[in-house]
Amino acid sequence: MTTIHEHFDAIVVGAGPSGNAAAYTMAKAGLNVLQIDRGEYAGSKNVQGAILYADALERLIPDFREEAPLERHVVEQRMWMLDETSHVGAHYRSDDFNEDRPNRYTIIRAQFDQWFARTVREAGALMLTETTVTNLVKDDKGKVIGVETDREGGPIYAEVVILGEGVNGLVGQRAGLRPELSTSHVALAVKEMHFLDQKVIEDRFNLSSEEEGVVIEAVGSVSSGMVGTGFLYTNRESVSIGIGCMLGDFVETAIPPYKLLDRFKSHPSVKPLLQGSEMKEYSAHLIPEGGFSAIPALVGDGWIVVGDAGQFVNSVHREGSNLAMTTGRLAGETVAALKAENKPFTQVNLRAYEAALKDSYVIKDLKKYRRMPDTLHANKHLFTDYPHALSSALQTWLRVDGVDKRTKEREMVRTMRAARGGFRGLMSDMWKVARAWR
Amino acid sequence: MTDTTATTRIEERLYQNRYRVDEGRPHVRIKRRIHDSDALISLLSICPAGCYSRDEKGRIEVATDGCMECGSCRIVCAKTGEIEWSYPRGGYGVLFKFG
Repeated sequence: MTTIHEHFDAIVVGAGPSGNAAAYTMAKAGLNVLQIDRGEYAGSKNVQGAILYADALERLIPDFREEAPLERHVVEQRMWMLDETSHVGAHYRSDDFNEDRPNRYTIIRAQFDQWFARTVREAGALMLTETTVTNLVKDDKGKVIGVETDREGGPIYAEVVILGEGVNGLVGQRAGLRPELSTSHVALAVKEMHFLDQKVIEDRFNLSSEEEGVVIEAVGSVSSGMVGTGFLYTNRESVSIGIGCMLGDFVETAIPPYKLLDRFKSHPSVKPLLQGSEMKEYSAHLIPEGGFSAIPALVGDGWIVVGDAGQFVNSVHREGSNLAMTTGRLAGETVAALKAENKPFTQVNLRAYEAALKDSYVIKDLKKYRRMPDTLHANKHLFTDYPHALSSALQTWLRVDGVDKRTKEREMVRTMRAARGGFRGLMSDMWKVARAWR
Repeated sequence: MTDTTATTRIEERLYQNRYRVDEGRPHVRIKRRIHDSDALISLLSICPAGCYSRDEKGRIEVATDGCMECGSCRIVCAKTGEIEWSYPRGGYGVLFKFG
């Protein structure tokens, strides 16, 4: 490749939801944008469950539904608590979710990201794939003025660099913009794509068309005592099934992630849902789950961090791609506004991005749950004791075996109390969770 | 059709994936110390691609061909400094069809 002599307004590192949102926003505003991704095509390095939250994308591309490769919109959410042989579930299904502009969709990221990146190019940004950014280039005052890549031709320069490089973002880390990740701030998730006949999926999940989809989130014995959740999402002709637990918990338990996934897949409540499927891909990825207190420095002279690289994941609500798109958009808008006013991209000026984040659901939500990561880490029994006690109590309730109902009720109360060493243990758990939720 | 809900060997899983291997340029290397640390040994179980194994002398070794570039080994061994980790050259490494 020949040297890129052009001096860009902005360079965006990464073509995931955050990088694409940032590049799109700036290109639309008329800025001269270069986007760089290390994959063969945008999306080839990206992994997600995946649920797309329409609102965040709609604010960028209002008519995205006409073009974007979407799988199914979600009409039903199943929340399951598993022990070894049972699940206790809360399901919410509503025909209201069959609306003109559905709120949530299942997507296949490699396909969705290609579409998104193409849309960014059509908006006027230049895209360079198969290129790994290796370092940031700084001037003698420490301001970021460009990037180095593994291509020949030397550095590429820009007024500002937007880092949408993902959770395992080495560029920002190497440049000392943020500290190393900790094993208690990231979850390791593994996933498999299981293909099934479209009609089989509809029958098996009680869906009335190829547009409707179901989401299952599972906690309990499925994580083998670790802090984590399993998930199963219905796509049009496939099912995404995966499980993620805190990386530090994997270190402690020494359970291989794929064995945990196998265990989830062979659970009696899950196994029939996958019967006869053909597995066509196995993936693994980290998820930033440190929450509010793990958010690193987000702006500096000549640089901004967006998406997973900034730890923007709401682990309680399983939201991440929407936070990525919103942070990308807000960063893009900040840069476009400064450019329009001919202001330099100094740390002080870029703080407008931080202010916008604070005004948005992104920081408000992360702040709300700031205690949750530590609370769950310190109370792993929540993932094992309760599912088991609840299952046992319900079984007592449902089995008709000649035991009178009053005795059964006493037995159920005893089971629940015993799960946490008495009434005080129960109350203490409720308090801790309520406090972290507040 | 095979029963894919049964326990699957890691090799069979990775066989489904697409990779473009950068021959002779592994992106993860072990910087060996006198003894392998507990953190390094834990990679035998943690690595979701099963890239880590023991050599004939019982030392930990890595084969990166099946690596999905998650970065777990890098973070787990950040304090011991035993893992040298960089992303593969642009276009190389795992290429997700679905992601």
